[in-house]
Amino acid sequence: MAAFFFPAEEKPVATRQTQFLARSLLSPAVGLLFIWMIVPLALTIYFSTLHYSLLDPGSESFVGLENFRYFLTDPAFLASLQNTLVLVGSVLALTILLGIPLALLMDQPVIGRNFVRLMVIAPFFVMPTVSALVWKNLLMHPVSGLFAWLASLFGLTPIDWFNDVPLFAVILIVTWQWLPFATLILLTALQSLDEEQKEAAEMDGASAVSTFIYITLPHLARPITVVILIETIFLLTVFAEIFVTTGGGPGLQTTNIAFLIYSQALIQFDVGSASAGGLVAVVIANIVAFFLVRIVGRNLEA
Amino acid sequence: MGQITLQGVQKSFGPVHIIKGADLDIADGSFVVFVGPSGCGKTTLLRLIAGLEDVSGGKILIDGKNVVDTPPAKRGLSMVFQSYALYPHMSVRGNIGFGLKMAGLPKDEINRKVEAAAATLNLTPYLDRKPRELSGGQRQRVAIGRAIVREPKAFLFDEPLSNLDAALRVQMRIEVTRLQKQLGTTAIYVTHDQVEAMTMADKIVVLNGGKIEQYGSPLELYERPANLFVAGFIGSPRMNFVTGEPALQKAAATIGVRPEHLKIERDGAGGWQGTIAVAEHLGSDTFLYVDAGPLGMLTARYIGELSLHAGDRVSLVPDPARIHRFDESGNALRG
Repeated sequence: MAAFFFPAEEKPVATRQTQFLARSLLSPAVGLLFIWMIVPLALTIYFSTLHYSLLDPGSESFVGLENFRYFLTDPAFLASLQNTLVLVGSVLALTILLGIPLALLMDQPVIGRNFVRLMVIAPFFVMPTVSALVWKNLLMHPVSGLFAWLASLFGLTPIDWFNDVPLFAVILIVTWQWLPFATLILLTALQSLDEEQKEAAEMDGASAVSTFIYITLPHLARPITVVILIETIFLLTVFAEIFVTTGGGPGLQTTNIAFLIYSQALIQFDVGSASAGGLVAVVIANIVAFFLVRIVGRNLEA
Repeated sequence: MGQITLQGVQKSFGPVHIIKGADLDIADGSFVVFVGPSGCGKTTLLRLIAGLEDVSGGKILIDGKNVVDTPPAKRGLSMVFQSYALYPHMSVRGNIGFGLKMAGLPKDEINRKVEAAAATLNLTPYLDRKPRELSGGQRQRVAIGRAIVREPKAFLFDEPLSNLDAALRVQMRIEVTRLQKQLGTTAIYVTHDQVEAMTMADKIVVLNGGKIEQYGSPLELYERPANLFVAGFIGSPRMNFVTGEPALQKAAATIGVRPEHLKIERDGAGGWQGTIAVAEHLGSDTFLYVDAGPLGMLTARYIGELSLHAGDRVSLVPDPARIHRFDESGNALRG
């Protein structure tokens, strides 16, 4: 790729012709992608500098950075930033901590292993909206939910998940959705672990636990990095689960950045402030990505 | 001490019998090579001794103690794997010291032993490198270092040189043999390469189809093969086998003559007549592949250069003292 963008030296005519052909053939796709990205981005930047309220059409006027000041000084912003980070961090920790033992179990030869694997992977194929509805109405409902029934079996007071521990409830739902992904990636990594290495460790007198700590876990460092990086991208923008279950509440307890932007635009009808929020979210995502790559990206180097 | 005895060892995977009863006595300090074609069970037999597979029947005695139910680490053996199986994220020091660390030895003792092992193998400058930063031969030496540092009763080698190029293989062959003699530790070495077997072994075990065909010193196997299989497997180029009239004259079903025991005569009238199909001139040796009509293709070896070429007629005269005789079932006839 690098050679494509930065031709190092004068190439023979045939090579140059091939390169020209390659570029002309690539250009429609690249151009389309570019427009696809650049138009919404440009519009967002444009809107973010306007006073633009859908409740007051025709009053659009240029206000400079006023929308950013408004969004960043909104008390809801810090609360939702914190919620976003807690949500991302907890789901990452839970999917990896639960994904590793699950992957180890699924790597064992058992009868019906393929069926078990299919079942474990299934949540990943359920739409976030649907799974959130299932969790809200069938599992976590304080009156008719499965958890409430289980609690009453033991004579406990059912937990009203979305009122008492709303953020934790959302974390549970999102974890359930992303656990299959982590498990799957870790499982394929486990399967690529050289059998002879485990045998060598066995000959060296390593117990099952030592083998896991000294052989398996270091081998999993790279796939864990992949899971963290990919999940973070998606977890920063969790929306459907919050929208369906808590609507960001109670208060601001489950409002993350994505939901805050939505509420600016479509509850308060303030397009200008929502656009500013969107740009802030892009910056935050980049900051998170920067630190992540600094911290865990080392593992990806061969 | 490292005396290993196998008594009627069997192994089957489901209905498939891999090892059909192996009896073997390996003396302390000897270098024994398991050799045989692919799928003959030589690696399985090694893994049974190591404890990486469980036996289906029979006993494995190490220094007189049956170890069939002992876990691999407690058998006091160490193994060098075909792929080396180095731990990729550990330094050379970590790799060699891992077994000692698992045994719970104090840090300074581990360091001392690792450094001693590294010095023996000329690995000292590489102690802090990762395996991926080493060449094939160096990785091989790390794998050997990991084996010797534990001062085992015996080394088990599973085709350790098969991933090296030809020149390095010859060099490592010598190093491994020298190291084994220097340490005086019993070694069991699996290979499919009969040259490795002949050059390294004190004693060779020839395996075929899960059975031990013959157990003896390299020259014993070369001079007195027990049957057609061993006769054909040991020696390069392969022994010539002749059936029919010449065999009947010797009161055998098949007779075998090694290529180096055929005298090549340019215009001779005696012996076995034929036309040279291919002549290979190596300078030090000349190999002739001779189409001998009803006797089939015969290979003859001449030490030195012999100016004969494809299409020339030659006659091959077998050395009468070095004709091997076999009966109908392929077993050697003596006397």
